[in-house]
Amino acid sequence: MNRLRLWLLAVGGTGLAALLVAACLDLPRFGGRSHPYGDRAVHASLRRHIANTIASVNFDQRAYDTLGEMSILFAAVLGCVVLLRQTRDEHRAPPEPAEVARPVRRYALLVLPVALVTGLYVIAHGQLSPGGGFQGGVVAATALHLLYLGADYGALERVRPLGVYETTDALAVSSYVVLGLAGLLAGTAFLANTLLPYGTFNTLSSGGTVPLLNAAVGMEVAGAATVLLAHFLDQAVEIEDATEEEPGK
Amino acid sequence: MSHAMDVLPYLVAAYVFLTGCYGLATSRHLIHAVGCLAVCQSATYILLLAVGYRAGGTAPVFSDIEPGSRPVVDPVVQALTLTDIVVGATVTALLLALVLQIAKRHGTVDPDELRELRG
Repeated sequence: MNRLRLWLLAVGGTGLAALLVAACLDLPRFGGRSHPYGDRAVHASLRRHIANTIASVNFDQRAYDTLGEMSILFAAVLGCVVLLRQTRDEHRAPPEPAEVARPVRRYALLVLPVALVTGLYVIAHGQLSPGGGFQGGVVAATALHLLYLGADYGALERVRPLGVYETTDALAVSSYVVLGLAGLLAGTAFLANTLLPYGTFNTLSSGGTVPLLNAAVGMEVAGAATVLLAHFLDQAVEIEDATEEEPGK
Repeated sequence: MSHAMDVLPYLVAAYVFLTGCYGLATSRHLIHAVGCLAVCQSATYILLLAVGYRAGGTAPVFSDIEPGSRPVVDPVVQALTLTDIVVGATVTALLLALVLQIAKRHGTVDPDELRELRG
């Protein structure tokens, strides 16, 4: 059985490898000069005073796709929350306060505010410098979890009221849709970046609706990452199988 | 010599993809399989970024360079890569949650031992 499977894998893998190599040889030369879509994206971005072209592609030219991307993230978080819920035969035990080595504690508590501010900075400067809502949101959410490394799970739970983050997540997705609908009410298209003045190039308020959409995504990603990590950590730290616990007690 | 360099990044992407496929097919542990899927997905990042590269290009961010003064790499594929990473992360999270459920319900994470469906 296993032999057969390996043979099948070898045959299929060789075939796929041959096709992939043939396809690679036919692709445009690496580092070539012709990038028609890229050139047009750069022009469109500069016309709307957005310094970071990738933010322009994500939140202006492809803002509708980003709505889909946000919905995927939201749906995935929802799925994880449902899959990782506490079932009837499990019970929740508050984790024991943990001993943390002093250097680890000191370093984690020192870095936490720096990491948090860095995350917020990356979100706020999404349309100016590399980064944006997706990247900054993850940095901000993981910064909070330094508390778990530096102190213990109880300390993290005290600064992380889960309901607030779940609400933030949902509100951020809604606000993205509302910003899109605002364009519709103003007489243009859904999520069209013609609502607000484009501002001065290379300043925080430049780019029309891009900074607002970027902030909405940042909020959503920060909320989503926190909720996801919270449910996985709950499984690892707090929720216990009742059947395994009984004999010991 | 220079012709090899023209296709090498694409071949690296193909190699990474096939490595991930091999890992997926021979996996003995579901978490390992999820990791292999992530390897497959990273091949697509390499492919996208390789397609968008322009010789001598820099990042398409104009906060510190004058527009038009230097060639920039293709921003469209970079945005696609970002989308790719976000979708990859959500898929990994969902799959890991499913693995946790399987481990709880079936008591095993070896795909070969998960033969029949159980309610």
